[in-house]
Parts: sequence; structure tokens; C-alpha cells
Amino acid sequence: MFGYGGKILRVNLTQKKIEKQGLDPDMAKEWIGGRGFIAKILYEEIPAGTDPLSPENKLVMATGPLSGTFWPSAAKVVFGTKSPLTGGYGDSNLGGLLMAELKYAGYDMIILEGASEEPLYLFIDDDQVELRDARAYWGQGALELEKELKKELGESFQVATIGPAGENLVKYANINHEFGRQAGRCGMGAVMGSKRLKAIAVHGTGGIPLYDTAELIRVSKAALKHITSHPYFKRFRQYGTTDITDWCQGMGVLPTKNFAYGVYEKQASLAPEPMREKILVRDKACFACPLNCGNYTHSRKYGTFIDGPEYETIGMLGSNCLVEDIEDVQYLNYLCDDLGMDTIAAGGIIAFTMECVEKGVLNKSQLDGIDLSFGNVAAMKTILKKIAYREGNLGSLMAEGTRAMAQKLGQKSERYAMQVKGLEFSAYECRGAPAMLLSFMTSDIGAQHTRSWAIVQDMEMGRDNIEGRARLVKELQTLRPLMEMFGVCRFPWLEVKLDFGEYVKAFNAVTGFGYDKEKLFQISEKVWNLTRAFWVREVDDFGRKYDLPPERVYDPLPSGPAKGMHLTEEKVNRMLDEYYELRGWDSNGIPKEEKLRELGLAEVAEDLKKNR
Amino acid sequence: MKTLALHHEKCTGCSLCQVICGLAHFQENNPKKAALRIERKFPEPGTFEIHVCNQCGRCQEVCPSEAIAERGGVYRIDPEKCDFCGICIEECPLQVLFTHKDLSYPIKCDLCGECVSVCAPEAIEGRE
Repeated sequence: MFGYGGKILRVNLTQKKIEKQGLDPDMAKEWIGGRGFIAKILYEEIPAGTDPLSPENKLVMATGPLSGTFWPSAAKVVFGTKSPLTGGYGDSNLGGLLMAELKYAGYDMIILEGASEEPLYLFIDDDQVELRDARAYWGQGALELEKELKKELGESFQVATIGPAGENLVKYANINHEFGRQAGRCGMGAVMGSKRLKAIAVHGTGGIPLYDTAELIRVSKAALKHITSHPYFKRFRQYGTTDITDWCQGMGVLPTKNFAYGVYEKQASLAPEPMREKILVRDKACFACPLNCGNYTHSRKYGTFIDGPEYETIGMLGSNCLVEDIEDVQYLNYLCDDLGMDTIAAGGIIAFTMECVEKGVLNKSQLDGIDLSFGNVAAMKTILKKIAYREGNLGSLMAEGTRAMAQKLGQKSERYAMQVKGLEFSAYECRGAPAMLLSFMTSDIGAQHTRSWAIVQDMEMGRDNIEGRARLVKELQTLRPLMEMFGVCRFPWLEVKLDFGEYVKAFNAVTGFGYDKEKLFQISEKVWNLTRAFWVREVDDFGRKYDLPPERVYDPLPSGPAKGMHLTEEKVNRMLDEYYELRGWDSNGIPKEEKLRELGLAEVAEDLKKNR
Repeated sequence: MKTLALHHEKCTGCSLCQVICGLAHFQENNPKKAALRIERKFPEPGTFEIHVCNQCGRCQEVCPSEAIAERGGVYRIDPEKCDFCGICIEECPLQVLFTHKDLSYPIKCDLCGECVSVCAPEAIEGRE
């Protein structure tokens, strides 16, 4: 089989059993890899109704056929699980060097099952695979442990770790790798923590078999040439995702004060140029990436080093919490990374809590003496630690995520609990960006931006109308997730317009499958319908109401370039009607039987019939 | 091309140089068979250092089996003649002769220039 390591590692933490299984060639042909594999495994292997933090849940780490090859930016591995934060399908991708190493060791996927009583870590050195004692590491920071394991095992090992937040089952705990890159969303770290798996260390020395080596070299070199000669190449290399900070401010979509505003008056201090000047150490790339969007930084004020902050973190822990100093944002980012939790969710829930304090929804007795008012950086540092260790009333409450907290507090706080399906919004204020809002509403993991980053098109299509948005979002949601099946990053396609057709050529050069775009889009749509079916199966009353945004989006924006813009319930529901229609789903957003059959998911159609 | 000029401060650690090196010399997508190494100094100070042969010729001097020949300033190992004694690896001043478990001779840079052609940040430069 070309493009694949050919083996799956199935690791049972309860029985301390490691099985090496062959990758089924039909599975590769039908589900490609990455999130395709994950959707299939989660749907088929996790019993319906499984508690996400119980041993019955599984945590899957899957590469794709392009991962680890010469193709530019072939650097992604995807983690997937039933999310403890949302209760539904969850996946989150991770860059860095881990996936390449796993492929060189010969594995396409790791399936983690069961739960250990004692802390362990998974050691992989080509064929030698062991569960090792990790009692000495339990309690350590995610960044600290990565450093220690690399020192102990050697620089050539690639390491993924969880921090205290993962150990303590914080619902948005993440998995860290490469000193500041994460599988950030949906609580992957909490599931890893529930299995008492503290780290994964991988070293591999084998090659990846290619169907047509000469062709892969040819298309990859052509792609490199395209990327490096694009007019935006130099700037994007320098600033990476932070380059969007000014644009978001200019468009009035920068989340500010828990998404109450779309502009932040002190944004200039968070802008890309001053950030680079003040804290950048080095431009840093993931595996095989000529675009090196990573900004490796050092804060002199705090003495901390991290890969970041990325735009999303600047938006969520910066403007959204009214934090103006980039060094404070860097340090809060460092804290989240080392404690092992998602900066997007953490920024979201802190801003939500700050608003609850301001509105008196939380009273003084519930705050454990912490003055969590907007802009109070010292209080943010304190609360991040309290969340990670679930200390006090407030720390424990916030560890559950924004949706759960709002449900508990009531008093109409759900209106401004900025989440969909339990997943906190990424850093885009959407009242003047209807397609972006629809992307958040319909993303299959909750309000995440990467499935369909439609905000640029919103500006082109007119911000006050919703025409054509459903079609746009569906198209993006079909193309972009393929990147996470191939095991590559989307940025060459997104930022410097590398044609998707070139990806198809590379995919075929690597695998020899000979697929065209239409075939790939069909597989992507199948995966999308399967993840939707997973939601339907796992959440009793699943349907349209889980696709609705918080009511804040119906309030006119009070200031900035998008002043006065807002959505209405009628518009939101009309976008959903059109979207469901295009997807072949019923008016409640449930995939229709004929759609599932058309996509080759007849058994799933039967399951859903039984289920409802 | 006579030599490789290294600009460590420009290196982003992407490894494309290593991947093309393995492809060019072994027709294998395997950066573990590359003739260069990227040292990653993380988390502190957060820098990269590129390690690759500068064609100094020390390996030829110490080779007991006359397996290393020079032509046009480039030293190449003849796998047929090499008995993998390891002396050149030990004696290499830059520690840039590499081994791989599939191979019974060291991997050494032959100045083919493929790494230069794929280095987007221009950290590796070919000089005449």
C-alpha cells in the first residue's frame, strides 16, 4: 500500500495490551485517513451513549497518506474522540513533527482504549512499542515534560504531552507538542488524562512508500515554486496568523469584551508588527512547510518561551478579555500551554465569566476572592491555575466549559455564552459576517473556524445579506476537511492560493488511487454525514436547536465599522433551511435516509431509524 | 557549487532539505537518510542549527580502506569499498557523517544542491 505506514497501533490502557494490526486497504481507499479514519472508528467502535471520560471512550490519533511526505506543509495529524466538552463528535488537528515521525515508525493510526489506574506514557521506537511508568511525570506541566522527555529519550523523539488540566479532566484540556503547538479543541487532553496517559513519545526511521516518486517530486517542487513566488508569501512567512489581527479590527470582527464589540480601542498594541518587534525569537515551521507561520517568542517581562501567540489566542485572551499588552497575552498563552488547555476556550470562558461578574450574575461569594473584571491580568493568571487544578467553586465551575456554566448560572447568561454545541467560538465576531456565523453554527465539532473560514467571502458578498452563504459554507466544508484527511495543512491553499487540483495530483502520486476531485468531495461529504450521524446518535434531542447561535448575535453591534449590523432569528433559520436542503437533511437537520444511502452509509441510515 | 553557506538564523526547522536529500540519494521519502541534521534548541533559546559537511577531506585522510575519493572538491564514499569501520564518523570535525540501520556505510553530503533548491527561507545557500 503506497502512502501509508500500513499498521495501526491499538493500545488498551486497562489491560496494558498493545496490538499491531494491519491497515485495511479498503479502509484507506474509502476513508483516506486523518479525520476520515477517526469518524469511522468513533462511529463503529464507541458504544452509543458512552461517557466521554469513561474507559469505553476512545482517543484516536490518525495521520493521512500525505503526512510526512515531501509535499509542502504535509504536517498534520488529527486527534479524535467523543468530546467531553460537547458530548458529540470531536476532532482537533496538530502540526509540528509528530505525525511524520509516526509514519516513519510505520503507523498510520493509534487507537487508545480503556483506562489505566497508574499514570503511563506510550513509547514508540519503530517496532518497539511499550507502555511505560509515568508516575514521576504526573503533575508536570505539558511544556516542561516535553523538554524532560526529549532530554531523557533523545532529541530525535517527538513528544506529545498533557498538562495538569488534562489530568484533572478540564473539559477543554488539550494535547501539547513542539513547545506550543496543540491539538487544542474539544478536550482531547481530558480524554487522554482520563486514560492516565501522560505522554506519547515517537521515533521512527523508515521511509514512506510512494506510488510515483518522480511525480511527487515534480508536483511538490512546482507547488514550492508557486508558494515562494506568491506576492503574499513573504509577509505571511513573517507574521503567520497574527497578520489577520489588523484586518479583523479594520472589519470590526475582532472579538472584544466577550464578543460584545467587534473593535478594540487598544488593538494597536496587539498588532503584528509591534508583536514581532517586541517578542519574536524565530520564525518556526511545522514539518515540510515553506510558509513557517509559527512565531516562536520570548517575553522578557516573564522569561517565557512559546510558539505563539497565534491570532486566535490574541483575539481570545487579548481583546476579548480587554488585555492590551502582547507580553501579557504571551504569558497567558504560556500558562494555558503548560497547564494544558485550549487558549480559545479559556479566553472564551474567562470573558464570559467577566461579563457575568459585571452583570452581577455571579456574586462576590461565588468568586473565591478573585477580582475577575475585564482587563485584570493578575486575576486571569490566578484563575487559569485554579481551572487547571479545579480549585475552589469558580475554578471547578469554569473547568466545565461555557455552555455548562451558563446552564448552571441561568439568569439569561446563555444569551452571551459564546458557544455552539458546547464548543466556544473561535476569535471572530460574526454579526457582520453571516457565512462565518453559519460556519460556526454548522461545523461538526462546534463553533470552530477551520472547517469553513468564510469571513473573507462575507466581506465580498455583502455583509448585510445572507444570499449564497449556505452554498458557500457547504462547499468549504467539503473541500477543507479533505486537508485533514490527507494529513496536510490548509495554509498553502488558503493563504497563497495553491490550487486544490495540485493537492489531488500529489494525493494520487503518493497513493496511486487515481481519484478525481469529485470522488474526493464525495468521500468528504460521506465523512461529514457520518459525523452528523454521530451527533444524532449521541445526543438525545439533537437537531436544529444545536445549530443555533447564542442570542447575542441578534443585538446590533454598538460600535466600529460594523456598527448596527446584526442577524435576526429569521435570517439565521433561513440560512439553516437552505443549508439543510443542500445537504440533503430534513428540516430539523437530520440526514435523510436517501442521502445516507447515496453516500454508501446504508447501515448508518438503519441505525438512525432505530434511534429515533 | 563549491560549498554550502549556512545561515542558521534563517532556518525554520521545516526539514524539507532532509526529505529531498533522502529522496535524491535513496529514492526514498525518508529524511532519516539525509546527509544533514537540523539541531533544535528548544524550548530555550529557541534556535536551529544546520549541520552538514563542508568537504574538509578529513574523512578521506583517516579512511583505512581508501573508500573515500575526492573529485572537484567533493568527497564521496564508495559503498563497495567501505567496510563501515566508523573511523571517519568519529574523526569528522563537524560530526556530519550519519548512519542509518538499513545502510552499511555512512551517509555523506555530495554537494548535489537539492537542499538549496527547496530551502524556502534561504538558510542553505550554494556558493561557487
